[in-house]
Amino acid sequence: MKPFTTLTSAVVPLPYNDVDTDQIIPASYLKVTTKQGLSQGLFARWRYVSEGKPDPDFPLNQQKYQGAQILLAGDNFGCGSSREHAPWALLGYGFRAVISTSFADIFRNNALKNGLLPVALAPQAHKQLLAQVQANPAATVTIDLRSQTITLPDGQQTAFPIDSFSKTCLLQGVDQLGYLLKQMRRIEEYEEVRELKN
Amino acid sequence: MTNPKTLFDKIWDSHVVVDEDGAPTVLYIDLHLVHEVTSPQAFSGLRERGLRVRRPDRTVATMDHSTPTTGLELPMFDAQAARQLDQLAQNCRDFGVPLYDMDSPERGIVHVIGPELGLTQPGKTIVCGDSHTSTHGAFGALAFGIGTSEVEHVLATQCLLQYRPQTFLVNFDGQLAPGVAAKDMILALIAQIGIAGGNGHVFEYAGPAVRNLSMEGRMTLCNMSIEGGARAGMVAPDETTFEYVAGRPHAPQGQDWEKALAAWRALPSDDGAQYDRSMTIDAGKLEPMITYGTNPGMGMPISQPVPDPAGDSDVTRRASLEKALRYMELQPGRPLLGHKIDVVFLGSCTNSRLSDLREAARLIRGRKVAAGVRMLVVPGSENVRRQAEAEGLDRVFVEAGAEWRNAGCSMCIAMNGDQLAPGQYAVSTSNRNFEGRQGPGGRTFLASPLTAVASAVNGQVTDPRTLLTVSGDRHFQSAGHL
Ligand code: SF4
Repeated sequence: MKPFTTLTSAVVPLPYNDVDTDQIIPASYLKVTTKQGLSQGLFARWRYVSEGKPDPDFPLNQQKYQGAQILLAGDNFGCGSSREHAPWALLGYGFRAVISTSFADIFRNNALKNGLLPVALAPQAHKQLLAQVQANPAATVTIDLRSQTITLPDGQQTAFPIDSFSKTCLLQGVDQLGYLLKQMRRIEEYEEVRELKN
Repeated sequence: MTNPKTLFDKIWDSHVVVDEDGAPTVLYIDLHLVHEVTSPQAFSGLRERGLRVRRPDRTVATMDHSTPTTGLELPMFDAQAARQLDQLAQNCRDFGVPLYDMDSPERGIVHVIGPELGLTQPGKTIVCGDSHTSTHGAFGALAFGIGTSEVEHVLATQCLLQYRPQTFLVNFDGQLAPGVAAKDMILALIAQIGIAGGNGHVFEYAGPAVRNLSMEGRMTLCNMSIEGGARAGMVAPDETTFEYVAGRPHAPQGQDWEKALAAWRALPSDDGAQYDRSMTIDAGKLEPMITYGTNPGMGMPISQPVPDPAGDSDVTRRASLEKALRYMELQPGRPLLGHKIDVVFLGSCTNSRLSDLREAARLIRGRKVAAGVRMLVVPGSENVRRQAEAEGLDRVFVEAGAEWRNAGCSMCIAMNGDQLAPGQYAVSTSNRNFEGRQGPGGRTFLASPLTAVASAVNGQVTDPRTLLTVSGDRHFQSAGHL
């Protein structure tokens, strides 16, 4: 996992609420056995008018948003299916952070385990950010994970929450399985007590 | 006297392995279910690290999502799906995980076979790389969906890192009216609280209307907890639960059964136990429900008109509803009743169990699927299929003009070629009406099996109660157990 410390980037607005993981990556793209190549399926139903033909109205297809590494979506991003292909596809496309007012629980967990930072802003700050990037697509924001702050294009700074465990893992670029594996003795003791030995 | 605990508290507390400051809880997992779509990368992760599956005896795999439901043989129409299935078989062989494969008479949708085989039991922690794992909560288990990284965690350690969620008590007072089913209860709840209403919470469903549900009805209810944002939903176990579990292949036997039963009887919430949130719904006032939009929260009583986005003061919410109605090509203010449909899908882990098929068959018997409507009936497991065939239900459906299929997820997720054509309208008993979920450009109205059958017969969205009155079928006095 790539460490996440700070990120300065332009922002792609996708101002809809409840963007579900079926939209982030449709099921027809899930018949794979690796994490690679999924970015082709990212928002496929919205991104292409027909097989492989881009819809010029969809933000990801617009010149002004090329290279942006932050996605700005509406409330409750990532609801629905538990498919981790959603963060894999977003990362594969080049996104490193998603900003919303809230995230569905499973999506947030999946994103954090892959180095994709979910940034939940208060509704007011979220609204201001949307207005600023819609007014100027080249405007950039800076996310600083260590201080848990985001600097909007107009210079306004605002804080965002993240649990300290995920934060440490992201800053160091280590995955969470390492911590679990270190608990093996405790896990064995637990199985002993509950008589779960096989 | 210790503090009174909820059902959730009791299961959570007894599964805590490690609780350190500054880290999530290490939670022990009793049962891990695996399917072909969300597991390959997890097994690859084990190989890369040189790890084994720590407890293959607590792991069970099946093939359901991209499997064909016709008699067609693999590699089916889709070589990529076939490769994914082969990969699961390979992984299960290499790591010693039991697999219900295409040749297994027990194969089926993961959330149908777990309970059917007696693997799902009260008090257990159960996970699967699948958001509808919430289904298993019907037994008074703590069951929730996880991502593929977490699948790898459980394979490697039999544990998960989790923060303790909050609890949300949903009381269903009163009793369901004829023609109203468990599916309508959960659609009504989600329509009321919204699809993010349960985020961060675990639902516990209680009250007389829940007590009165069969296990299969309770599974329907818990299945869609995730559609209300909650990762898990639970029902306290009772005699209905124990009766269902008793004698199943993986259920405890003899002395072990007595011991298990004693433990299970202690699971229901203590008097005075506190929930973080609670609400009450009058089940007696519920009507059959139907969704009009592109998420399961966009639902309403079937007699209502489609809501008007213009009435919404929140700009983003209005834009989302407008977008949904554009996709669905529906007019605000107009009723859905009478809306022409092309397809009816009776299936999925929400409504594909034997009682669902029985109730549907009872309503369709002697009637015909309307001309121009395609109806698919897809049993949840091969066991359900065989039992239904033994009762002659397959013939009832076929005589009515419906297609009778083999078990699988089928048109719920449209990965196996069972799918809507662009622009088609379907009434579906599944759980998601997201854009394109049942096929690119397809449009889904979610409803109960009774509403699905009534709509199939009339070729348009139909209130099932109108058919119940006509047939005067007494039996539907108890339709609540659907
Ligand atoms: S039936 Fe549908 S919701 Fe259920 S497990 Fe299969 S794809 Fe998922």
